[in-house]
Amino acid sequence: MASDKRLGLIVNPKAGLGGSVGLKGSDGAAIQKQALALGAVPQALNRAIEALQLLTSSRGELEVITYPGEMGADAAMACGFEPVVIGTIAPGETTAADTCRAAEEMSGLGVDLLLFAGGDGTARDIYRTVGTTVPVLGIPAGVKIHSAVYATNPKSAGELARMYLRGQATDLREVEVMDIDEDAVRQGIISAKLYGYLRVPFQRMLVQSLKSASPPGERLAADAIACAVIDQMADNWLYIIGPGTTTRAITSRLGLPKTLIGVDVVVNRILLAADVSERQLLELLEGQKAKIVITPIGGQGYLFGRGNQQISAEVIRRVGKENIIVVSALDKIVSLRGRPFLVDTGSHAVDEMLKGYVKVITGYNEYTVYQVSN
Amino acid sequence: MIQHDILAQRYENGKPKLRRYHQARWDEPIIFELNQPGQRGVLVPETEPAIKDQVGDALSVLPAKMRRKQPPALPEVSQVHVLRHYLRLSQENLGAGFVPDFGMATSTMKYNPPLNEQLARSPKMTELHPLQDEETVQGILEVIYRFEQILKQVSGMARFSFQPRAGSQAIYANASVVRAYHASRGEAHQRNEMIVTIFAHPSDAACPSTAGYKVITLYPEESGYPSLEALKVAVSERTAGLFITNPDDTGIFNPIVDEFVKVIHEAGGLCAYDQANANGLLGIARAADAGFDLCHFNLHKTFSTPHGSGGPATGASGVIEKLARFLPVPTVEFDGEKYYLDYDRPDSIGKIAPFYGVVPNILKAYAWVMALGADGLREAAEVAVLNNNYLLKKVLEIPGINAPYAKGKRRIEQVRYSAEQLTQETGVSSLDFALRAADFGLHGFLSHHPFVVPEPLTLEPTESYSQTDIDEYAAIWARIAEEARTNAELVKTAPHNAPIHQITDHDSFEDPARWAITWRAFRNKVQDGHGK
Repeated sequence: MASDKRLGLIVNPKAGLGGSVGLKGSDGAAIQKQALALGAVPQALNRAIEALQLLTSSRGELEVITYPGEMGADAAMACGFEPVVIGTIAPGETTAADTCRAAEEMSGLGVDLLLFAGGDGTARDIYRTVGTTVPVLGIPAGVKIHSAVYATNPKSAGELARMYLRGQATDLREVEVMDIDEDAVRQGIISAKLYGYLRVPFQRMLVQSLKSASPPGERLAADAIACAVIDQMADNWLYIIGPGTTTRAITSRLGLPKTLIGVDVVVNRILLAADVSERQLLELLEGQKAKIVITPIGGQGYLFGRGNQQISAEVIRRVGKENIIVVSALDKIVSLRGRPFLVDTGSHAVDEMLKGYVKVITGYNEYTVYQVSN
Repeated sequence: MIQHDILAQRYENGKPKLRRYHQARWDEPIIFELNQPGQRGVLVPETEPAIKDQVGDALSVLPAKMRRKQPPALPEVSQVHVLRHYLRLSQENLGAGFVPDFGMATSTMKYNPPLNEQLARSPKMTELHPLQDEETVQGILEVIYRFEQILKQVSGMARFSFQPRAGSQAIYANASVVRAYHASRGEAHQRNEMIVTIFAHPSDAACPSTAGYKVITLYPEESGYPSLEALKVAVSERTAGLFITNPDDTGIFNPIVDEFVKVIHEAGGLCAYDQANANGLLGIARAADAGFDLCHFNLHKTFSTPHGSGGPATGASGVIEKLARFLPVPTVEFDGEKYYLDYDRPDSIGKIAPFYGVVPNILKAYAWVMALGADGLREAAEVAVLNNNYLLKKVLEIPGINAPYAKGKRRIEQVRYSAEQLTQETGVSSLDFALRAADFGLHGFLSHHPFVVPEPLTLEPTESYSQTDIDEYAAIWARIAEEARTNAELVKTAPHNAPIHQITDHDSFEDPARWAITWRAFRNKVQDGHGK
């Protein structure tokens, strides 16, 4: 390992607190207090140590920059590192603001990789602060792990970090940062939102069970899918294009901008409306024929109801099942491990209508038939 | 006593100990790098003046446009260095003759009897020329004709062509026959979709795609095969046909395949059965009996001739009566007295490859079948299935390795295993596992892409190997799984006893901007081009 490699380490000590005691998440001080009162045991430190142990063989050549105590220094020192500790915290009282500040300062110090232990909330905080400027990698420690920012387990996170810092895994891929509204979940409503994308190292040997293709393969697949969709575009039809990097390939190929985490409407290969709401969609649909182009969002394979709620049950009903175009790289389908695509539009009737099998565009002149469930 | 001691070295509890193995390593450059200007393998003698006068400038026979502007950049190497070079490379190789190489699945080589090789290398075979008058090649035409009769019985099909030179070429030929059939009914344009399964051999999707078809892939259910409901979503008036293997790479037999065929037929499509590997089915199940319209066998797999890299291969393409007129030309016919080549087939798809196929392969396959007889073919299939299920039982005893789909059911001739549990418990991936197997002289195949089975490892033992061979193989796997738990680093850094260690730059094989399958492509793309 080259000696000039800098690893930023952030541990969110509150991550995962809510899970073991059934609180669906750990966002906010009140919930964290409630979790601790219910006997929750902090997970993040041990998870971080488990990952860092895979980096110990390169201790001498790696500079670890971290925040004090429970936010990283404890974990680093437990693995024999002598980290550069920056910033200050109030022990036991850390908040999302600490995560953001730490990410910002580490980014300013030019870390090669920002390794963080947390959950979806932590990924959001990091995304909000550094966006795609710094390669990041998540050690899964939270209750909610909807984001693909995380390695499958702490060991894989450590291994992937090691390979990336050694230059053995040089490719980065953009993956979704998703989070659900915890308060809503506690009231029985699932409302997941797509917040943006982070850049995460890719190494096929570590992620092959999840995704077997390589980044060039993925880019080619998205491009082939885009060509297939564009070839089929009919004049004067509205194309309601959902969020995602796969759908972005379509607009990119048309030379149009794309709201990565929102819904855009294209007609005759021209952008009609960007980042539309449900209401706008319903207005645009008045007297118009339309198709919906979507790709499954996140690791759980949601077609509707997660990250694209603008395309509501009513929008789907008006467009019609036969006018829904589902696009996905085959590897994304494979990563679902045989679990069906999911729909959760809020309307039982629409969910029932969408159930069954769907013919997904997986390449140019390539389709895969896959199950849809609710 | 001495003999007893030797056996004690090699055996433990009546079973052979794991072999100690180390492959040769020569650090040999590629032949182009051995180039030394001025070195010669052969000095071609000057043409005698009398011949020169008669022929004139031999090169002038070739049209000027087709002549190279400069001589080819062939390496200049002496005979002894050429011989040494290739012998060294041969030692840095794994081969079916050395070990029971079950890890070649889905195309583990069965035993290729050297006797059949000798037949094919006899001057009676090697001195034939494909352009000889058919009167002078009655013997080999008879072999081709008779072997076609055999495959007709094995499959229930009406006619075969041996012209395709690989399994993939046979699938391509079959896709072309499907199109010719639809064209004859005025439906070629409308029927532009082919249906396949994701566990089928990738050529079943790739070849129809190359032939211009759209490809719809079906995904398996927990049973290991797709549901009829999924098939019905894929089927329409655009369906040209179904290209399917059964069993798929999982070794799971689809028991409702005849219902699949029915759905396709009702929609006006044709069904092609990829029987490249029919190791578990010879004499047991026939493509035609399940309603299929086409099928193909790989002679270099199911019928015991060597693989493509050991010599040109043969994909035997078979069709039912109503499709026979579309087969490649020529066909070999018999009029009761003599054998002849029939080129007068106006509906034929034409030629898939030159001449009549790789005739030495047909001879070897014919010899293999004649040695076994009909009962022997069935027994070969039964032993292949028995061997596979014995191996399955032994592998499932290894902690951390499982066989996804169709839990508790037996498999046909191969199994796609998953080392996912082992990976989660030890960090050792199936690729690490396969690379460590090279330290015991074994080749490991994971899976076709995409990896639908996580951390895949695929094995097929065929009928050729003994119980001792299977025990040895399973013992090597058990050892590697044990090493994963006690010394994961040893496995993750393998192979240690092979000439090449790990290749980490996989992406160069997957990025079209960087991959190169010829030296020239390498120079254009990687050395000089943008791929660098």
